[in-house]
Amino acid sequence: MDENKIIVTISGKDGIGIVAEIASVLAKYEVNIEDIRQTIMQGCFMMFLLADISKSKYSFKEIKDSLTQAGTKLGMEIWVQKKEIFDKMHTI
Amino acid sequence: MTFFNEKSIIETINMIKVHNLDIRTVTLALSLRDCCSEDVKEAGDKIYNKIIKYAKNLDKYASELEEEYSIPIINRRIAVTPISLIGESCKNYDYVYLAKVLDKAAQEVKVNFIGGFSALVEKGCTKGDTALIESIPEALKETQRVCSSINLATTKAGINMNAVKKMGGIIKETARLTAENDGIGAAKLVCFCNSVGDNPFMAGAYHGYGESECALNIGVSGPGVVRAAVENLPKDADFGTLANKIKQTAFKITSTGELIGRRMAEKMNIPFGIIDLSLAPTPAIGDSVAGIFQAMGLEHAGAHGTTAALAMLNDAVKKGGIMASSYVGGLSGAFIPVSEDAGMIEAASKGVLTFDKLEAMTCVCSVGLDMIAIPGDTPESTISGIIADEAAIGMINKKTTAVRIIPVQNKNVGDKAVYGGLLGEAPIMPVSKLSSETFINRGGRIPAPIHSLNN
Repeated sequence: MDENKIIVTISGKDGIGIVAEIASVLAKYEVNIEDIRQTIMQGCFMMFLLADISKSKYSFKEIKDSLTQAGTKLGMEIWVQKKEIFDKMHTI
Repeated sequence: MTFFNEKSIIETINMIKVHNLDIRTVTLALSLRDCCSEDVKEAGDKIYNKIIKYAKNLDKYASELEEEYSIPIINRRIAVTPISLIGESCKNYDYVYLAKVLDKAAQEVKVNFIGGFSALVEKGCTKGDTALIESIPEALKETQRVCSSINLATTKAGINMNAVKKMGGIIKETARLTAENDGIGAAKLVCFCNSVGDNPFMAGAYHGYGESECALNIGVSGPGVVRAAVENLPKDADFGTLANKIKQTAFKITSTGELIGRRMAEKMNIPFGIIDLSLAPTPAIGDSVAGIFQAMGLEHAGAHGTTAALAMLNDAVKKGGIMASSYVGGLSGAFIPVSEDAGMIEAASKGVLTFDKLEAMTCVCSVGLDMIAIPGDTPESTISGIIADEAAIGMINKKTTAVRIIPVQNKNVGDKAVYGGLLGEAPIMPVSKLSSETFINRGGRIPAPIHSLNN
């Protein structure tokens, strides 16, 4: 398990520029995107993004706060969590 | 390359957002055995300084973890060595002063409850124990955050009926002194049989004799998650399937708690103690143990079958949770506090969940008769009778049992006691009108039970 991996989950109404907005925030905060997946679930746009914050000079909180702001701007719900919680909960 | 699974992410977020999954408490367990002094003021200073030293970052670190994992940590708490021991070396006993010191320290480090205003008197009382017990009503009146617990019985020692008799009066007096808040003092006072020294939950948390200098204990919750999992099964799924589903869900809840507990212990630079894998309800809609019974197919908590449902639930939670952590401890199981569980409140208000049924349920649940409001004019000896019955269940069945009842001044059946927050509200429940007085007045000790000829 790696403490530096984060999962960003974004959900809401599909629109233009969602990925671009989130990616630009991550770039600004020197966070490396390792994987992106997106899907439509029950009419709702969902995007999952795996990123590595180890090279960033910013704290987790700073990165999370700016992503949350971007989410609010887009009118999307956004969750930013360390990946460990998913690994731990769903793996024996 | 790191992998992730979208389904797991959605499930986790749903558990937190929709079904109220949270970490119920991170509890710093702290020994105060090096805080004794002949001078009570000096003892108080030592206690205060030690708590501040160890707990100063408890709230800050818990908030950081909430951010990092996006899971709420509802309470930050502290459990200390039973204060009867610490205050006993003082030339002049002043346990109320020590309670105020605990309260002040708790306020300073932003914890909402501090447990350990306690005495373990299953076989008998020392002078300090007696002084502490007698100071409980005033101590709980004068403080906001202090919780008190008294262990009155064990399977090995039997039941200290002198202390049981005394506690009937202490509970009543505590409720009387806090009558303006529906006797909230008694909501912070619990009588135990077979209490455990690593319990992170209030009001019964204290740091036991055999424990280390300090540890970080954690209590998880999650009745809403279990209820949702059970509801998603077909109505005709058999009990094997039901038990398995609960086990799987308990595993997920517990492993999350284990992660947060270990991270919290690392941040505080103290050992990780135990995870208490209890299902602790809140008054929030959906976060109810009684709701799980309904999802299982009972009309309400209190229906015939409730004891069986609780027994299966309790056992499956332990079986699922134990795989997820190296050190499971505390009270671990399903709690059934009436005032803190929306489904229980509803069932009790309708009169379908009775005091007697709750007593039967305590034979198979995690703890005991919890957060039950009773008429204010209930005689002391009747309260002692309730405690004795509950202690007997624990003693014979080798389990922890407890009584946390509140005789609410000037209120009777049909009225309601309201506490707010996690303590919720409780309809006043009727108790037997028959007298227990002559029985309770006998005093002495009920001898420890035989461990063979089990029938």
